[in-house]
Amino acid sequence: MLDSLSVNKRAALLSIVMLVVGLLIWEAAIPAQQAVGELTEYERLTGGGAQKAGVPPPSQVAVKAWQELSNPFYDAGPNDKGIGIQIGYSIYRVLAGYVLAALIAIPFGFLIGMSSVAYKAFNPFIQVLRPISPLAWMPLALFIIQDSEASAIFVIFICSIWPMLLNTAFGVAGVREDWVNVARTHELGPFKTAFTVILPAAAPTIVTGMRISIGIAWLVIVAAEMLVGGTGIGYYVWNEWNNLDLTSVIFSILMIGVVGMLLDSIFGVLQRAVAYVE
Amino acid sequence: MPKPFLSIERLTQKYPDGQGGTQTVFENASFGIEKGEFVCILGHSGCGKSTIMNILAGLSEPTTGAVTMDGLEVSGPSLDRGVVFQNYSLLPWLSALKNVTFGVKARNRDWSADRVETHARDFLAKVGLEGDVVHRKPSQLSGGMRQRVSIARAFANQPKLLLLDEPFGALDALTRGSIQEELLKVWSGTEQTVFMITHDIDEAILLADRILLMTNGPFARVAESVEITIPRPRRRTEIVEHPNYYAIRNHLVHFLGQRSKEMAGQQGDDADQRPETVRIDIVNPAKPDGENTSVPLRAVNE
Repeated sequence: MLDSLSVNKRAALLSIVMLVVGLLIWEAAIPAQQAVGELTEYERLTGGGAQKAGVPPPSQVAVKAWQELSNPFYDAGPNDKGIGIQIGYSIYRVLAGYVLAALIAIPFGFLIGMSSVAYKAFNPFIQVLRPISPLAWMPLALFIIQDSEASAIFVIFICSIWPMLLNTAFGVAGVREDWVNVARTHELGPFKTAFTVILPAAAPTIVTGMRISIGIAWLVIVAAEMLVGGTGIGYYVWNEWNNLDLTSVIFSILMIGVVGMLLDSIFGVLQRAVAYVE
Repeated sequence: MPKPFLSIERLTQKYPDGQGGTQTVFENASFGIEKGEFVCILGHSGCGKSTIMNILAGLSEPTTGAVTMDGLEVSGPSLDRGVVFQNYSLLPWLSALKNVTFGVKARNRDWSADRVETHARDFLAKVGLEGDVVHRKPSQLSGGMRQRVSIARAFANQPKLLLLDEPFGALDALTRGSIQEELLKVWSGTEQTVFMITHDIDEAILLADRILLMTNGPFARVAESVEITIPRPRRRTEIVEHPNYYAIRNHLVHFLGQRSKEMAGQQGDDADQRPETVRIDIVNPAKPDGENTSVPLRAVNE
């Protein structure tokens, strides 16, 4: 019977089976809380009857997810906001830092890709700045900018600029000389050449850089928000840890994954749109 | 003597040889091409054919010497000199049609979009590309079709000089034959001057009014200019029957096989290296008093 299904359908079936089996094992592995009646006197006296913190079973997480997702945008004060609002803050910070980085990295990458002198001159700086963990900039950013919100955006900016810058420069430098010659023999000016030949030729490499950057930015925002606090999905995870509400922690971890996947798939679509076969 | 339409004068190309000295590819090469002529250049790899082509296209600069076209010195690339490269050089993210309109738009910046497209479609139709095929990307076309698009792009721009750099080098023999005929068909409807590099003797005889023969490098030179005394229109299957065909062919084979080596490496004495004109005509031998009675080489409109 399985043979009659397409590869995609069989893969989907297998995914569902793995999910169900995984959840069942998880559910079974969590020991049930003992009922108060079953405890000995001694256990009751030493606090055995109190709710013990433990990793929740998936059923509890599912209930939590249902509650949160059915009302994602409520706002009941600084420590109690809906998951939608928290994710919204995070996405806003990521996009603000990311767009700023793109506005600088892509034109600048274009210039250093066009000139091998510029490429070689800037390369040592890029190579030193690139491996710095973005969070290492945080104290300096907080001191100079004096605003935690703007500092978080700066951290996103600084972490997402490098892949875009390097990929743009690499893509532009690697444009086949034949295509540039086509532009030259058609008397295209520098701007026309940049937009009609070099940009589409380098676009797949540039978009790959943008895709890597958005992935890194989403990784970093969680950590950055744990540090700066206040709002955002990273703050939410840390806040729930402080509340010892592991159900919420697991739920928000899953949400981080889902949003990251969505952001990545947007760039996947963009990547397919600019791809070409030589 | 009036200057020809395209005049190449004392062109010299030297490269550093990596050991502090210089290597001379060719020296003081001089020749001319008349308006409307189809000239092929034959020679072994490394004799500098492609270098000459790039200089004519304006894509590179000679060490010394000058090229003038229509009385103006060639400097830098220009729409007046169209180029068809061996590897087609189509932009892979554009469809066949868009690749042609890319050129037409660059040439005629004031044309409406409709006019550009009609013009591009006309020229694609001339090389046999019509209908839905024009919307395919180069990667979805065969090598022969890609080169047809490239030829259509070059002809659609109606440059004063068309440069073809081994345009059929990457194609199989059968495809090559049919595209050669397409090229002849498109060319014969125009007054286009063509300069073409090739490795293929039969191709050169089929297409050219005149074949320039280069000796081997270093110190290569354009040694001979062989007139192709076979009347047009020519067809691949018919020209082989012409009495002049094998006479010319044998001369070319002999040159490339033997004399190009013997004449190689001779450093010039700073004289102009002009090619010697060779005319092989069994049908209409030139009269001893030099009066020429041959049929005109160029057939107008088929």
